[in-house]
Amino acid sequence: MAERIAAGTWVEIHRVVLRPGERAPSVPADTREVPLEMRVKGFLAEAAAPGEEAEIVTPAGRRLRGTLTEANPAYTHGFGPPIPELSTIGREVRNLLAGPRGAP
Amino acid sequence: MTGGSYEAIMAQRGEIMRESLGLDYARYVTGALAFDYERLLADTGYDVDTARAVQGRTAVGNTPLVELHNITALVRSIASPGRGARIFVKDEAANPSGSFKDRRASLSVHEAKQRGYAGVVAATSGNYGAAVASQAARAGLRCIVVQEAFDSRGVAQPEIAEKTRACEAYGAEVMRLSVGPELFYVFLRTLKDSGYFNASLYTPYSVLGIETLGRELALQAREQTGRDPDVVIATHAGGGNVTGTARGLRQAGAAHTVLVAASVDLAGLHMASDRDFNRKSFTTGHTGFSVPFTVWPDRADVPRSAARPLRYMDRFVTVTQGEVFYATQVLAELEGLERGPAGNTSLAAAVAIARELEDEQIVVVQETEYTGAGKHPIAQLNLAKRLGIEVRRGDPRDGEPGRRIVIPEHPAQIAVVDVDLPRLRRLYLQHAVEALPAGAKPSDVDLEFLAADTRSTRTYVEETLHELGGKAG
Repeated sequence: MAERIAAGTWVEIHRVVLRPGERAPSVPADTREVPLEMRVKGFLAEAAAPGEEAEIVTPAGRRLRGTLTEANPAYTHGFGPPIPELSTIGREVRNLLAGPRGAP
Repeated sequence: MTGGSYEAIMAQRGEIMRESLGLDYARYVTGALAFDYERLLADTGYDVDTARAVQGRTAVGNTPLVELHNITALVRSIASPGRGARIFVKDEAANPSGSFKDRRASLSVHEAKQRGYAGVVAATSGNYGAAVASQAARAGLRCIVVQEAFDSRGVAQPEIAEKTRACEAYGAEVMRLSVGPELFYVFLRTLKDSGYFNASLYTPYSVLGIETLGRELALQAREQTGRDPDVVIATHAGGGNVTGTARGLRQAGAAHTVLVAASVDLAGLHMASDRDFNRKSFTTGHTGFSVPFTVWPDRADVPRSAARPLRYMDRFVTVTQGEVFYATQVLAELEGLERGPAGNTSLAAAVAIARELEDEQIVVVQETEYTGAGKHPIAQLNLAKRLGIEVRRGDPRDGEPGRRIVIPEHPAQIAVVDVDLPRLRRLYLQHAVEALPAGAKPSDVDLEFLAADTRSTRTYVEETLHELGGKAG
């Protein structure tokens, strides 16, 4: 059983806003086959375990309910490895500038 | 949170809009299609001097106009003798939240505060969210940002993940949604539930806030070079940037400056497709927004958009994703400015356009934006590679959005492709025909409005409507 998360912890909740059958008629087929999902972060109102229905108080002060996903969710976006297709551009354009017509 | 099915909330759209904007668009209706655009803007009370004063109080605007000496030299090295205009960039990354969007957010948040709203809501996955959150923090207002942020596999667009972080850093609530236009339903429901102000990108406030940018850059160019900019290039998505910049240039008296709208070409990728969502290596400044918003601005999240780009653009060009990534790298390594990437769309276009101009002419790239984790060519290209998109050097014309990104091998390979403006005017009028109530005929006022909105003539509008009507019949 997942460990309960204490009230007041910064958490994320998840909920399905529209099920596949409820999607707007205009959306393309691949989107219509999947639900419209929502994820919001806030402070947990009452202790709960991941996977349980829970209430949060968002930074805007609103109370929202959904399935508790995790405590203190990480920001995982970054850069990753350098892109070889970009790495030599600086050297190339500096060489062009050093050429006969580009010289200061 | 308030319930309400999709249909129920959409049916309350008009009422929710009135409540959340404090603005009754019905007052400005002058025909079946026409509305009094100038009066809608003027009635806000924000002329360019008032906007400047409001922005000055939160350190928005007065960004430097930086001459790109080395990129100019690079362009001259590939231009014919006597060609290669001087290139300048308006370093909008110097605004408090790192983009020109602070200008748009400042008047909206100021207005919300004046009118006594407790908070603001904005539907945006871009820099505008951070801008609204930043301005709201300073004004002591609550802020909710609704983003389209991840696909059905839970994979977040890295640039949007960074915007989520930035909004949360400024103390905003961020509602992250999966892909789909029903974001608008969640946005309406959130406005209704919170009672907050609708800080849409398409209100008069949001567009008037950019007039200061057009004016500043004209005055700075005059001061630094002794002449008006010959060309100003604005990255184009929803149309606000083009509209506000052009209006500001006019107010500065820069009557002969050519305004070029530039977008990244994402032809072939569907904007509402869950599969295509992360195959777009640009989240804004691309044709997925700019073409639909040019041919019908009133698809926005307000009843009538204050961003009406076809009225203002002199030219509309596209560049490829590979060309913008190349320009981003060149800006960092030759000018020491690590910015973008999406804001560098107009820089890529500038390389091609400046090359054809006389060397005493002036080209102004009208914005930069901050860069960082996720919001960076490295992050975007790593995601593209993970999704099986080919990334290679070569002729950027060989690129294909969602399948292949081709980064130029030489600056001479950077070129702009002109979008056919007469075709866009015709598409606009096609939408106008479809928007006409059944049985209604456009009045004189409507015809004049359509001519102004398409920057054409009444005769052209009448003839085109006749042809379109003929086809429909």
